[in-house]
Order: sequence, then C-alpha cells, then structure tokens
Amino acid sequence: MLHPTPAELPGTVEALRHAGYLQCLDVCAVDYLGAGHRDDLPPDVEAQRFEVVVTLISHQARGRIRLRVQVPEEEPRLPTLFDLFPGTENPEREVFDMFGIAFDGHPDMTRILMPEDWEGHPLRKDYAVGIVPVRFKAAGDTR
Amino acid sequence: MSAEAPPSPGRVYARGDGPVLRLSESEALTAVPSSPERMIINMGPQHPSTHGVLRLLLELDGETVTRCKPIIGYLHTGMEKTGETLTYLQGPTNVTRMDYASPLFTELAFATATETLLGLELPPRATWIRMLMCELNRIGSHLLFQATNGMDLGAVSMMLYGWREREEVLRLLEQITGLRMNHNYIRPGGVAADLPDGWRDDTLRLLEPIGGRLDEYDALLTGQPIWRERLQGVGVISAEECLALGVTGPILRSTGYSWDLRRHMPYLDYDRLSFDVICGTYGDSFDRYAIRLNEIRESIRLVRQILEGMPPGDYRVQDKKVTPPPRGRIDESMEALIHHFKIFTEGFKVPAGEVYAAVESPRGELGCYMVSDGGPKPLRMHIRAPSFINLQALPYLLEGRLVADAVAIISSVDPIMGEVDR
Repeated sequence: MLHPTPAELPGTVEALRHAGYLQCLDVCAVDYLGAGHRDDLPPDVEAQRFEVVVTLISHQARGRIRLRVQVPEEEPRLPTLFDLFPGTENPEREVFDMFGIAFDGHPDMTRILMPEDWEGHPLRKDYAVGIVPVRFKAAGDTR
Repeated sequence: MSAEAPPSPGRVYARGDGPVLRLSESEALTAVPSSPERMIINMGPQHPSTHGVLRLLLELDGETVTRCKPIIGYLHTGMEKTGETLTYLQGPTNVTRMDYASPLFTELAFATATETLLGLELPPRATWIRMLMCELNRIGSHLLFQATNGMDLGAVSMMLYGWREREEVLRLLEQITGLRMNHNYIRPGGVAADLPDGWRDDTLRLLEPIGGRLDEYDALLTGQPIWRERLQGVGVISAEECLALGVTGPILRSTGYSWDLRRHMPYLDYDRLSFDVICGTYGDSFDRYAIRLNEIRESIRLVRQILEGMPPGDYRVQDKKVTPPPRGRIDESMEALIHHFKIFTEGFKVPAGEVYAAVESPRGELGCYMVSDGGPKPLRMHIRAPSFINLQALPYLLEGRLVADAVAIISSVDPIMGEVDR
C-alpha cells in the first residue's frame, strides 16, 4: 500500500506500470467525513476528508497494490490516470459523479450513473439517504 | 479469420478522434457528426439485444459504426449508498442484486471482504459449499449467455435450449438456498444453511444431461458455417488493449492472455482442484463464445471434484460474535434469544480497516473494497463490477463493424446491467 500525494499520483502509477503492474483494476473514493481520528495512515500523511483508492494488479508478481491518495475537501481535484491506463475513464467518471472529485485532463469529465442535470454527489456522507416514510394506517384513521 | 489488420494498440489512448464518442446526452441532440456522410443514431435503451437498459450512441458511416458511446445509469439504484446503511449481515441481500445472473459471486466477494476484516478462518465445509455453489452459478450464468447470444444472432433454438438448462441449474440452486435468484446464501461467517438431504444425487442428476447437451450445442453452433461467419473476426481486441482498459474475464482470455484468479491467485480451495483455464487466440466474438461454452465443461469438472472431496463438518464458523445461535437454543435459553436478537438488529462490530477482496466471476474480476470504522455497518462498500469496466471495450470492439454486428458484439461482452449501474 502506498500513500502518494495528488501531484505524485501519475508518476507513482507510471513507475509501478514499468515495474509490472500492467492493469489498473479500479479507482474508487471514500468520504471520511465524521469518521474521527484515523490511525491507519502513516505519520507523515495528513488525513483529508476524501480518499481516492487506486488498485493496480501485477499478473507477473500475482499481487495487487493499493494507492490511497488524500484529497482535501477544499480542492477536490486529482490528475487523471487516463494517459497511463485508459481503463480508468469510467471509474474516474463514477468518482466524479458520486463524490464530486474532478480529474484534471480527463477526456470526458461528466456524470455517468446519475442524470446529467442531477445536483449533488450521492455518495458523500453529507448527502442524505432518501427515505419514503411507511404508512401503516390509512390517512384520517386515528384508531 | 478475416484478413483485417490487427487494431493498432494506440487507439485506446486516443482522446478526441478515437472510437469513443465523447458526447453528452444533451449535446447529442444538436451534435454535428464529424463529417457530412456520417450520422449519429441512438440504439436502446429499450432494444431487445441490449441486455437490459444499455443505450448506445452510434456514429455511423452508412452501415458502418465509426464511433460509439455507451450511456449507462438507467438501472442505478444507489446500491453502494444503501450498503452503508445495512449491517454486515444484511449486506449480502443488497449486493446479491447487483449481478443478477451470478449473484453468488458478489455475495462471496462481500463475505470474503468482511471475513478478512474480522480475521475469521472458515471451516473447510463452508469453503467447499461456497465453491460448489459458485461453480453451479457459473454454469447457470454461462448457459444464460449461450441462450441470449443465440437469440441475438437468430439461433432461436439455442435460446430455448440455454434457457431450459439454466432452469435446471436454478432449480437446484433453489433447492439449496431457497431462492432461484438473489440467494443471500453466502454470508459473512459461512453459508446460510447446510446442503439439504439428497443434494449429491440432485447435483449429479443435473450434471449428467448437461454434459451431453453441451456436445449438442457444439454440433448445432460451433461448426456451423453461418454461426462462424457471424462471429469470427467480429469485434476483435488485443491483449494490450484489454490490459490498458482494465478488461478481465473471458474477454481478456479470448486474446490468449491466460489470467484466471481461480488459478493464478487462488481463493477458497481452488488450488486443490484441477481445471484448465480456457483461452482463445484471436480475441474475437467467436473465441468469447467458445471460451464460455468450454468454461461450462470446466465447471462441471470442478463440481464433480467438489462432490468427491466435500468435507464433513460445520457449514459456518462457530464464532459467537458473528454466528446466530441455532434455532433450537432460542426456545430454551433467554441468553440465546437476546444473542439472536442483537445479531439481527444491531449487527456485529467489525474492526476498523480497509480491504479489497476479489473473486473470478463469470464476467471477470469482481472485487469488493470495504472500509470499516469499527462499527456494525461499513463506512464504505464499493463493488468493482467487471461488467462496468468491460463495457469500456465496447467502442473498440464495434469500430469499423456493421450495425448488424453490433448486436453480436454487445452480446459477446455479456454485460449485466444491474452490475454496471449498481
């Protein structure tokens, strides 16, 4: 597991690709809003609200590696990995759609799962889960 | 094989002028095609060959597809968000609805991730039941592919045969899990119930005819000139492109690249079973069809070995923290009743941490990335859905092919939209 900064991310991924990590399996994000103190990060990494997790696989070494990038709330931006692994196009769009984290240099930074005119980013912790209240009695019946 | 030149490896890195039509839905209404001979049309989302609600924007030059954009999200129900509101025991009911053709694999990925965080060691029987169920499910899923692939290409009898055999598989799954689909059978800590009486005979009775019928499919389709004409050389992709695009599963193996998690990064007890990894040569639709057909044979081989080696013992871990007490105890013990109630209302706490667990689903690497903050519900539950990633290969498979081939190509990608949109 590695903890690059947003600026270091493309360089780290490129170095790993040269080291045999030939496939990028996944890009996803986590919103740590309200998660409290986090002791799973090394001391030199400052925890931020968002974390983008990139998973690479090396078929030769038969192992996966995770890159956890801390992304600040004030500036949710990252450089894209499209030029290294074009397969990150859809996952990066999903992260943008669900968390509002934009990827600089991405060829098509638009929503993917939600409608284009949707407001908000559903997987953020401050985005409420919609609840339809269950009515157990017909309206007006007070018994 | 057709005499076409292999696709250049650089096309997946193209931005503006590549085979991917990067155009938003609102722009598409007024978009001007890249040349006057071309036009942009819409295929789906309500098209019988789009396997659910896949919508494609196609840029055509006459009958030839030049660029394409898959538009997804019509089935999006926010299952990852829902997953954050469910306890670890309720989680499988949610994730099982993602890939509805092979639900047990998503349950397995979810359960494996949870167990890794908990540090649970499964009893051997639970592991082997999971393998049995997954291989039966793989047979069912690939039979579904054979059926829909046949239907899309006009081989209607294949559709009926594939559906008929899949029904037999579903009947056995129903007998074991109680449900035809969305089983919620593989749960953190083991499986929901032990195998029912007579499961061995029923499984053998299922496998017996399917082997022979696979040979019938071979006779019906594999050697048939029309079938080969429509699939061979159609939708070609190279191994380099698959790797760059993150594509896994039968599409990656069709290029001759041997990669199967069951073999190369074994999970459960797959390293104790013998099977072949089926690979293609040309990376075309025909190879993908043949791989899936032969994977059914390999799965039958695996199920037979599992029948031989099924160990006795417990079907779930006896850790009081995650395992509810047996039904009989609840009637006689107040503590057992409270214990049962607590597990099903409050759930069990999982140590803080993050984990990625992956299994080889019939469509490729299915991963579950889970983050726990130490509570009874995951902080984040993300499913790496193989169909979602594999769909990125579609524009490259379609480039330069006719609209009539598009149906064959979509079918050969075998996307399950429930998993794509989640």
